[in-house]
Amino acid sequence: MRLSLILRTAARLLVPLMILFSVFLMLRGHNEAGGGFIGGLVGASAFALYAMAYGTKDARRALYADPRTLMASGVGIALVSALIPLFSGAPFFKGLWTTLPGGLKLGTPILFDIGVYLLVVGMTLVVIYELDDDGLSLFPRENRRGTTPSSS
Amino acid sequence: METLLAFVIGALVAVAVYQLQRRDLVRMVIGIVILSNAVNLLLFTLGRMTRAEAPLIEIGAKLPPEGSANPLSQALILTAIVIGFGLLAFSLVLVYRAYRSLDTVDAQDFVELEFDDA
Amino acid sequence: MDADLLLILPLVLPLAAAVLALLFRNVPRVQAGINLISMSGVLAASLGLLAIINEQGIQAFASGGWPAPFGIVLVADYLSVIMLIVSAIIGVAVAVYAIPNIDTERVHFGFYPFMNLLMLGINGSFLTGDLFNLYVWFEVMLISSFVLIVLGNTEDQLAGAVKYVMINLVSSLFFLTGAGLVYGTAGTLNMAELSLVLNEVESSGLVTIISMMFLISFGIKAALFPLFFWLPASYHTPPAAVSAFFAGLLTKVGVYAMIRVFTLLFTQDIGYTHTTMLMWVAGLTMVTGVLGAAAQNDFRRVLSFHIVSQIGYMIMGLAIYTPLALIGAVFYIIHHIIVKANLFLVSGVAQRLGGSFSLKKLKGLYAHHPGLAILFLIPAFSLAGFPPLSGFWAKLVLAKAGIEAGAYGIVAVAIAVGLFTMFSMTKIWVKAFLPGSSEPGAASENGTPERTPMTMGTRLMYVPIAALAAVTIMISVFAGPVFDLAERSANELSDSSAYIEAVLGHEEPAADPYTRLDLDRRSGGVHAR
Repeated sequence: MRLSLILRTAARLLVPLMILFSVFLMLRGHNEAGGGFIGGLVGASAFALYAMAYGTKDARRALYADPRTLMASGVGIALVSALIPLFSGAPFFKGLWTTLPGGLKLGTPILFDIGVYLLVVGMTLVVIYELDDDGLSLFPRENRRGTTPSSS
Repeated sequence: METLLAFVIGALVAVAVYQLQRRDLVRMVIGIVILSNAVNLLLFTLGRMTRAEAPLIEIGAKLPPEGSANPLSQALILTAIVIGFGLLAFSLVLVYRAYRSLDTVDAQDFVELEFDDA
Repeated sequence: MDADLLLILPLVLPLAAAVLALLFRNVPRVQAGINLISMSGVLAASLGLLAIINEQGIQAFASGGWPAPFGIVLVADYLSVIMLIVSAIIGVAVAVYAIPNIDTERVHFGFYPFMNLLMLGINGSFLTGDLFNLYVWFEVMLISSFVLIVLGNTEDQLAGAVKYVMINLVSSLFFLTGAGLVYGTAGTLNMAELSLVLNEVESSGLVTIISMMFLISFGIKAALFPLFFWLPASYHTPPAAVSAFFAGLLTKVGVYAMIRVFTLLFTQDIGYTHTTMLMWVAGLTMVTGVLGAAAQNDFRRVLSFHIVSQIGYMIMGLAIYTPLALIGAVFYIIHHIIVKANLFLVSGVAQRLGGSFSLKKLKGLYAHHPGLAILFLIPAFSLAGFPPLSGFWAKLVLAKAGIEAGAYGIVAVAIAVGLFTMFSMTKIWVKAFLPGSSEPGAASENGTPERTPMTMGTRLMYVPIAALAAVTIMISVFAGPVFDLAERSANELSDSSAYIEAVLGHEEPAADPYTRLDLDRRSGGVHAR
C-alpha cells in the first residue's frame, strides 16, 4: 500500500481525537455505556490508523512503549485492583471506593478498567503489528517522504 | 419474539454448519464466527425477552422493576463476545501463518500432511 | 494461613508470574526463575489447601463479597485440591525441564508468560463453582495452549495447530450453548444451586439433552471416542516440555469437568447418561486409542494414542458410578497425569540423545544411557498396569468396581486394553532402547549408534524425570493413603450435599427474577425476597 497524502493529513487530526475519545469512553464506562474494553479498541484503532497512514515503524515510535509492555502492565494493574481489598480485610475483587475532596469518587473498579484498557490496546496492536511483520500489505512500507521503498 | 429469534438462530446455525464443512480454512473460520454469533443470540433469547427497561434497582428495593431487561444474559454475551474476539483474531493469524508457510488453506492438504511422516 | 487466601493463590500466583515474565521478556534466566517460583508456590498453596480441607471440610469463597448464587464462587473440595496438587507437581517438573528444552527463540516469543497463563486457566477450571466461569477458564486455558502449540512456527506445528484450534473452538461453542440452555432452564449458573434446581425440572428429557451438549463439549476436550482425532494430530508437534504439560493436564481438565458435571448436575437419568452413553463411550475410547497406538511409529504419537485409551479408564469409573468406581477414576487420574507427563519428558531426552522422535530412527539407547532406560521403564510399566506400580492399583480398583456393579463387559475390555498397552510400551522399548537390527548404513555394525555426549542441559532434563518416577513409586508404595484420599473425594462426589451446603449455606437460595417469573418453580420465592 502506498502513502496517501489525504489519509496522512486526516490521521494527524483524527488520531489525537480518537485517543481522547477512547479515554472518555473508558471513564464513561462506570455509569453509562462504554468501558475499558471498548475504549481500548478505539484507542488501538487510533494507532492502527496512524500505522495505515505512516507505516508501523512510525506508529511504534509514536506509542513509545512496546505493546507487550502495555499488555503486561494492563494485566498487572487489573490484578493489583483485585488485590487491594485484601489489604483492608475485604474479600478478593471487592470494589472499594473512596471520595476525594471535591466529591470525586475513586475506586478499584476504575483501576480495573484502566488495566483492561491497556491490555486491549496492547493486545490489538500486537496482532496488527504482527500481521504487518508477516508481510500482509495493510500498511505503507515507504518512509515518510515516500521516496525510497524499503526492502521486505 | 422468542419464536422469531429461534428461527433466526436456527438459520444461523445451519449456515455455520455448512461453512464448517467446507474444505477452505478461511470459510471454516467464517463458519465459527457465525456459529458463535448464533450462540450469543441463543444466550440472549434464553435470558427471556422483555421490552427494554434498564435493570436498575430502586433505592430501598431488593429486586429490579418487573419487566426490566435481564442483565445477566447481557453480561454473559459480553464476556462471550470478548472471548470470541480474541479467539477470532488468533485463528485468523494462525490460518494466515499456515497459508504462508504451508502454501495451502485446503483442509484436505492438512490431513495428508499428518500422514506424510508416519 | 487464611483459607480464602490459599484459595486465590493458585490463580494470583500464575497471573502475577505471567505479568512479570512478560515485563522481563528479554531476560530468559529471570523468566525461568519466576516460572519455577510461581509453580512451586502453587504447589505449596495447594498442599496448604489440602491440610485445611482435611480439618474443616469443603472451602468456598465468594469473590468480591457477593454471596453464592449471585457472585462467582471458588470452591475447593477434595477433587479440586487433588487435581490442583497433581497439576502443580507437573508444573514444577516442566518448569525445570523447560530450561534446557525450550530454545531462546521460543522464550523470546513468550513461552513463560503463556505457560503461566495456561496454569492459571487450569487452576481456575478446578476451583470455580460457576458453570459460566468454568467456560471462561476453559477459554483462558485454550488460548494459552493455542499459543504454546504454535510457538516456534514449524510447519508441523502449524499443521497440527490448525486442527487443534478449529475443533476446540467448536467444542467451546457447544459448551457455551449448553451453559446457555442450563441458564434458560434452571435460571442459575451456580453449580451448587443447579444441583438442586435441575432435579426439580419437570421435563427431565430436556435436562438429558442438555447433558449431551456437555458430553460432546467435554468429550472433545478430553479426547473421547468419536472426537479424539485432534489429539494425536497435534500433541507430537511442539517441544517435549510443552507436549508433556499438555499430555498430563489438558485432557484431564476435560475429564475433571465431566466428572464434576455428571456427579453434581446431571444425575437425573443415570440409566441413560451414565450406564449407556458414558459406558459405551468409555469402552470404545479405550479400544480405539490402544489400536491406534499400535499403528504408530513416532514415540510421541504412540504416547498420544495412549492418552486417548487411558481417558477411557477414567470415564469408565464415572460410567459405573458407584463410590468404589469413582475412587478408581480419581486414583486413575492421579496416577495417569504423573506417568503420562513423565513418558513425554522421557521422549524429549530420547530425541536429544538419539536425534529423533521416530521409532524407526531411534535405537540402542540402552547401551549408552541405561539410566534413561530404567527411568522409561518405571512409567511405562505403570501405564500398562504392571504390579506393584501405581497403574496396577488404579486398574485393580476399577476392575473390582466393575465386577461388583455387574459391568463385566467393560472390565473385560479394560483388561484386554491393558495387555495391548503392554505391547505398545514393549514396542517403544525394543525399537528405541535395544540395539536395532543391522540395517544398511547403521552407525556401527552391532546396531548401536555412537554415544551422544551428555551435556549439562541433558543432565538437567533427567532431574524432573527422576522426580516424577519417584512420585510414581511413592504412589505405588503408599497406595493406601492415596486410596484414602481418593475415597474421601469419591464420598463427596457421590453425596453432593456437603458441596451444596459449603457453597450456599443453609439458606434457601434466592430465585433469579428473570427466568423464573414464568416458570414459577419455587412458589412465592420471587417476591418474598
